Amino acid sequence: MITNTVLVLVLPFVMFLFLGLAGVKMPRKTAGVLGVAGMLVTTVLAYWVAIDYFVNHPQHEQIIANVDWLNFTPRLVARMGVLIDPISAMMLVVISTVSLMVHLYSLGYMCDHHGHAEKGFQRYYSFLALFTFSMLGLVVATNIFQMFIFFEMVGLSSYLLIGFYYSLPAANHANKKAFIVTRLADLFFLLGIMILTFSTGTFDFDALVGLGNMDASQKAVGTMDGLNFMGIPAVGWALVFIFIGGAGKSAMYPLHIWLPDAMEGPTPVSALIHAATMVVAGVFLIARMFPLYVLVPMAMNVVAVVGAFTAFYAAAVACVQSDIKRALAFSTISQIAFMMTSLAVSADGGKLLGGHEAGLGYMASMFHLFTHAMFKALLFLCAGAIIHAVHSNENDQMHGLHKYMPITSIAFLIGCLAIAGIPPFAGFFSKDEILVACYERGLGWGLWMSMVAGMTAFYMFRIYYLIFFWKKHEVHTEHEPADQPWTMTLPLIILATISCVAGFVPFGKFVTYNGAPLETHINWTVAGTSVGIALVGIALATWLYFKENPKPERMKNAMSGLWTAAYRRFYMDELYQFITHKIIFQGICKPIAWFDRIFIDGFFNKLADLTGNASFAIRRVQGGNTQSYAFVYLLGALLLAAITGVVIVMI
Amino acid sequence: MYVIIALSIVIFSIMAVTTKKILRAATYLLFALLATAGVYFQMDYQFLGATQIAVYAGGVVVLFVFAILLTHKPGKDAEALTSHKKVQGVLAAVACVALCGFALLSFGRFCLKTLEGGADVPMDTIGTTLLSTGSDGYLLPFEALSVLLLACIIAGVVIARRR
Amino acid sequence: MKLTLLMYLIPSLIMFGCGIYGFLTRKNMIAMLISLELMLNAVDINFALFNRFLYSGNHEGMLFSLFAIAIAAAETAVAIAIIINVYRIAKNVDINQINKLKF
Repeated sequence: MITNTVLVLVLPFVMFLFLGLAGVKMPRKTAGVLGVAGMLVTTVLAYWVAIDYFVNHPQHEQIIANVDWLNFTPRLVARMGVLIDPISAMMLVVISTVSLMVHLYSLGYMCDHHGHAEKGFQRYYSFLALFTFSMLGLVVATNIFQMFIFFEMVGLSSYLLIGFYYSLPAANHANKKAFIVTRLADLFFLLGIMILTFSTGTFDFDALVGLGNMDASQKAVGTMDGLNFMGIPAVGWALVFIFIGGAGKSAMYPLHIWLPDAMEGPTPVSALIHAATMVVAGVFLIARMFPLYVLVPMAMNVVAVVGAFTAFYAAAVACVQSDIKRALAFSTISQIAFMMTSLAVSADGGKLLGGHEAGLGYMASMFHLFTHAMFKALLFLCAGAIIHAVHSNENDQMHGLHKYMPITSIAFLIGCLAIAGIPPFAGFFSKDEILVACYERGLGWGLWMSMVAGMTAFYMFRIYYLIFFWKKHEVHTEHEPADQPWTMTLPLIILATISCVAGFVPFGKFVTYNGAPLETHINWTVAGTSVGIALVGIALATWLYFKENPKPERMKNAMSGLWTAAYRRFYMDELYQFITHKIIFQGICKPIAWFDRIFIDGFFNKLADLTGNASFAIRRVQGGNTQSYAFVYLLGALLLAAITGVVIVMI
Repeated sequence: MYVIIALSIVIFSIMAVTTKKILRAATYLLFALLATAGVYFQMDYQFLGATQIAVYAGGVVVLFVFAILLTHKPGKDAEALTSHKKVQGVLAAVACVALCGFALLSFGRFCLKTLEGGADVPMDTIGTTLLSTGSDGYLLPFEALSVLLLACIIAGVVIARRR
Repeated sequence: MKLTLLMYLIPSLIMFGCGIYGFLTRKNMIAMLISLELMLNAVDINFALFNRFLYSGNHEGMLFSLFAIAIAAAETAVAIAIIINVYRIAKNVDINQINKLKF
């Protein structure tokens, strides 16, 4: 058990080092196959660990290994270890599955049409392994400090992968944007850790949020009693800061701006970022700190409001995007916001809601994380296959592909049905639980999220119809678009199958906030409503986009202002641009730069000028001219002699 | 006799540093050195005078002439020997001479001493003095000088050797 | 005419002054060396003069001149060797252009 768990972590890291260092010495394909093989072993081990855990220790967290790493003070020690509890075991499965699919898929995707692997193939696989390692390390972290380190490593590896095509300026901008935004958020995370650690004196999750027993959290919060800053308790600040860190990684509004641009990376990388790594890190972080959030209603409300707003905002933007990957990106933001909201609505006023179903939102959130990972990976890999076939991201280049790529089309349809929440696909079950949790919190929350669920169905089917139907595809490349090689099709089929059946996993038995099994049953009122709304969304999309017709164009013209605003993502990027360039750069940086230039630089320039002039003036003295030296020497000697003479005369 | 010697010292010295041709400068130096030997003879220092003629006039000047011939291409004499710092040079020389002259005139009551006869130093005295180790013996400087000369020979060979 | 010490010291002083003037103004290194010899020579004369006029019973001044002559010869030999070597490298014996050592 111990060996297996540690191996799950070590293996991707070894692959990263091996492929990174020795990759160039081997043929590109060999490196890829090695990467896939390494990931396959990791996946098998991860499943083993997870099954072993759920079968034998279903209610206890388990710290497998924990070594002291940094001894700050005798009391405050940062450790490195492996913690297995329900959510980390579940995450091990999710991460390794999606990562394996992406590894396999990339074998086909990262090749040109003659089947030759691209330049940098080895580097690509090496970074994929690093990415997987970072995320695995994050989910098994035993303390918040270790989590922070892996949080940063996830950011780093996403930076490397988004900028994989480093010769493209767009990729460079995108990876810088992703890195800076998430880094800024991580700064708040660090602040939160500091505040939390300052009063509790520990990093360990054990002491901060003992699994399933609120006493530990109560004690941790108790140590911060009476600490206030600007009228808000310190623990509130700490948790809000930690949430900002999570929001940066999870692309919550208004820190979502990096995610759409992150599409510049290779599509399988997008799948990995959106499904299993990176964006779910934030959700996982909040889930990990869940007991603390429960006790601090203020922080919980912040999470809920931000989550609910982001869900709606991203869905609205996704409705009008023309770039397939961008639309999927906003759908990810929306779905991640679903998870956040679900976590946040499961408690109010410092107590869990829902009576005997307490903690339903938590379970639902994790369930949705699990199902979403599967169908979002599926959707992205489908998108990759399409892009690989048509060489474009814009859906007006795609139209009518159903005839040419039937497998991809069906897989994409399954993904859409799953995300729209149509039974019996995976998304239905998880989304239903989320909505139940929302209605428990309040009718407004429930209605709001139901509406967003309807929009989800609409925009997903809009994309689906625009790509695969709308009008007959005119072939204007030299080869017809077709289903891709087996390395790319196989992951689609596997993920589609999982998306079909994942909903039937009795999730509540395994993953709950306190480890106690939660008996879930479908609330047919809520389920009926949400399915109804989803069907309305699908119907609307079918009516508008199934066949080529002028209706969408007319609608677009009728509400052109709204349409443009949504298309431009409600000017969030422009707002950032305005804030950074006009306010920060112009208002703050410019005066500082001016001061720096005039006073600080000026002072040192003057100093340097002075020295320069002085040395220029006296450099003749050291001109290397023997006769000048002799002359000066002679004058000195004469002067000495004269002085001596005068002194003698005086005496 | 004194007048001739004094005049030739003064004139040849001045000409040695003002002439425009390097070979002439060496020649005037030779004459100035010979006049110096004359001074030594007048002092009754025959051995010193002979050394002056043999080493200076005979050896050093010949060295100069060789060096000049080695480093000057014939017909390039027109190249100015003197740089533009004449004023500086004159200033320094005059200052130096003035200071020394002032010192002589102020402190040099002994300057009016006249030359007394009978101070001839016989050769054997010089020889025994150079090679004796007593309180007025010069064996150590003599040996040191021998080593120095040997070092000079080697150094001269090493430095001037064509690589 | 009685020959006084002063009458010998003055030509020697002039010789020394000439040496200084030449050393400071000559461009040619060999000419500078010639000026140097003049100065040395003036000093030699003074040693002999003071010995002869003031302490005619002793020989220290005379012997000092003797040693000085020998050392001057050695010094000249080395200096000329150096000058010739410089000339080989720089094709030049102009003191104003031989200033690379300052770097």
